[in-house]
Amino acid sequence: MTMIFGIPIQAFLGQLLIGLINGSFYALLSLGLAVIFGLLRVINFAHGAQYMLGAFVALLLLQYFGINYWLALIVAPVIVGVLGAIIERTMLSRLYKLDHLYGLLFTFGLALTIEGTFRYLYGAAGQPYSVPSALAGGTNLGFMFLPIYRGWVVVISLIACIGTWLLIEKTKLGSYLRAATENAVLVQAFGVNVPLLLTFTYGFGAALAAFAGVLAAPIYQVSPLMGSNLIIVVFAVVVVGGMGSIMGAIITGYMLGITEGLTKVFYPEASNIVIFVIMAIVLLIRPAGLFGRDA
Amino acid sequence: MRKNLIASLAILLAGSTAALAQDAVSDGKVKIGILNDQSGVYADFGGKSSVEAAKMAVEDFGGTVLDMPIEIVDADHQNKPDIASNIARQWYDTEQVDAIMELTTSSVALAVQALSREKKKIDIVTGAATTDLTGKQCSPYGFHWAYDTHALAVGTGGALVKQGGDSWFFLTADYAFGYSLEEQTSEFVKSAGGNVVGSVRHPLATNDFSSFLLQAQSSGAKVIGLANAGLDTANAIKQAAEFGITAGGQNLAALLFTLAEVHGLGVEAAQGLTLTEGYYWNLDEQSREFGKRFFERTGSMPNMVHAGTYSAVMQYLKAIKQAGTDETEAVAKALHEMPVDDFFARNGKVGANGRMIHDMYLLQVKKPGESDEPWDYFNVLSTIPGDEAYIDPAKSGCELVQ
Repeated sequence: MTMIFGIPIQAFLGQLLIGLINGSFYALLSLGLAVIFGLLRVINFAHGAQYMLGAFVALLLLQYFGINYWLALIVAPVIVGVLGAIIERTMLSRLYKLDHLYGLLFTFGLALTIEGTFRYLYGAAGQPYSVPSALAGGTNLGFMFLPIYRGWVVVISLIACIGTWLLIEKTKLGSYLRAATENAVLVQAFGVNVPLLLTFTYGFGAALAAFAGVLAAPIYQVSPLMGSNLIIVVFAVVVVGGMGSIMGAIITGYMLGITEGLTKVFYPEASNIVIFVIMAIVLLIRPAGLFGRDA
Repeated sequence: MRKNLIASLAILLAGSTAALAQDAVSDGKVKIGILNDQSGVYADFGGKSSVEAAKMAVEDFGGTVLDMPIEIVDADHQNKPDIASNIARQWYDTEQVDAIMELTTSSVALAVQALSREKKKIDIVTGAATTDLTGKQCSPYGFHWAYDTHALAVGTGGALVKQGGDSWFFLTADYAFGYSLEEQTSEFVKSAGGNVVGSVRHPLATNDFSSFLLQAQSSGAKVIGLANAGLDTANAIKQAAEFGITAGGQNLAALLFTLAEVHGLGVEAAQGLTLTEGYYWNLDEQSREFGKRFFERTGSMPNMVHAGTYSAVMQYLKAIKQAGTDETEAVAKALHEMPVDDFFARNGKVGANGRMIHDMYLLQVKKPGESDEPWDYFNVLSTIPGDEAYIDPAKSGCELVQ
């Protein structure tokens, strides 16, 4: 058997692929965070709760309205996005005048409230959400058995990430967004409705989180805690990538997913801290992050 | 005049017996603390339902012992030994708690048992598994009630070895409980002529087991032993099916798996799994009676942790009654001496190391469609006599056993 770094090549490739799958979730989630931070300068701690909401909305849509996975993939993000927009409009927008810390505290409180409510209603244990029949089963790649659904997650997240990047970098709406990030007052003077733009952005970020939540539902149990388990890692991804950098968030998401996957082969005990070790090193060497610009 | 004298004498006597009872029970009431995980991976394994079970025991006992009221308090320790120790210290020092029970999560149970010993208070563990509680780290006032890692190794481990599972790979929760379960199951496998080809440790509360499962898969072991619990086990089983591990011929051994997790996972995914519990609600008339009453209050059927907590509270109150006081030494003595026989523990006795030795059951999850009613999940494969399931107190390594 061919060996690489002392482990069979099959196992190595398998772990690489799994890292890529986990990286897809990191990328999708950190992307939403980066978009929100880039424009609103709000550190959205409620992102994990919005991810959890996406999964729960999909589950409830299925239970009460018989809406299947494919529709939920669109409907759930829309519902959570609208909810996000309402929260931004009625509450978060009042805090822009204050220090950034208040936005962080507010969204943190919001996350605790949402998670607490769901824990009260549905208990802490997860509820199953089955894989859509078209994506059930798996295929033998020779070096590992790849569940088709996980392959789908990698493909669709890549599409969503690239789509978002194109939307922000290549469209007129995106250029408004980027301009408003640079100088909101000036953009407003040109007649662009900046407050509306902010509401849209927050809603869009929340919808991205919910989209990741629906994708995650068939893999993990749908549980009120699924977001809080992930959110700290995702923050580390954003910090490493550079706060507010869209491409940075995407690339770092995949990169750290793979790093974490490989750590699980070589030294499993360190797998849940390796990302934070990297974060600490990056902060020491490049405080603005790998892809961030110095403020 | 004479009538008055008799009356006042009577009042005096009545007064003094009340005062006597007051002396017998510290602070004029018996207070039991239920400390466990109420929000994390083990929230369904024990959680709030254990608190409810304790309250049921108090009500069934009559609400008072030695004419003094009984009170249950509870708290969420979040699976963190430091948080648990702080709560326990506060309970003992300022809130007149007489005993702490449940204590899911071995690392927490060991910490609180050490503290209880130092404070000279009784603790009865129903939720945690490590045999260290009645082994190296035993306490004269500490008791271990529902099950332990040895019983699980003998039950589930033994059953799979018998079926021909002679090579094992372990997925182990990275703390005291996981080590203890892995070690004891390994010993059991080896003594039966099998071998352990490897193991990997994962952090508590892991979402994604795919990396670990792939390592287990490439090890080629016949049995993948899941030395973890709660949501961790449920997730591992679900993902093992996803990666075609069970279809590929490798068997999963969910070493600690209860009714609560089977319900969460669904019979479809859990069918055929072998597991060991100290209680099953649909065992006989007595266990069904408790199961149904519990269901009416909580909306779910009890597992061995819930039923065990009821049994532990009940036995503690009986011991106070027997001892005529809630003073720790006297109650601990009564607990060690009294036989345990209720709907939970059949032929139960408490060893000198604090281990409550009772019969365990080897169970198998039914196939979908085999269940006659909701929550009817198990076929009983066999009864494991207490003396086989648990370590002989004399060989437990506990310093209290001479």
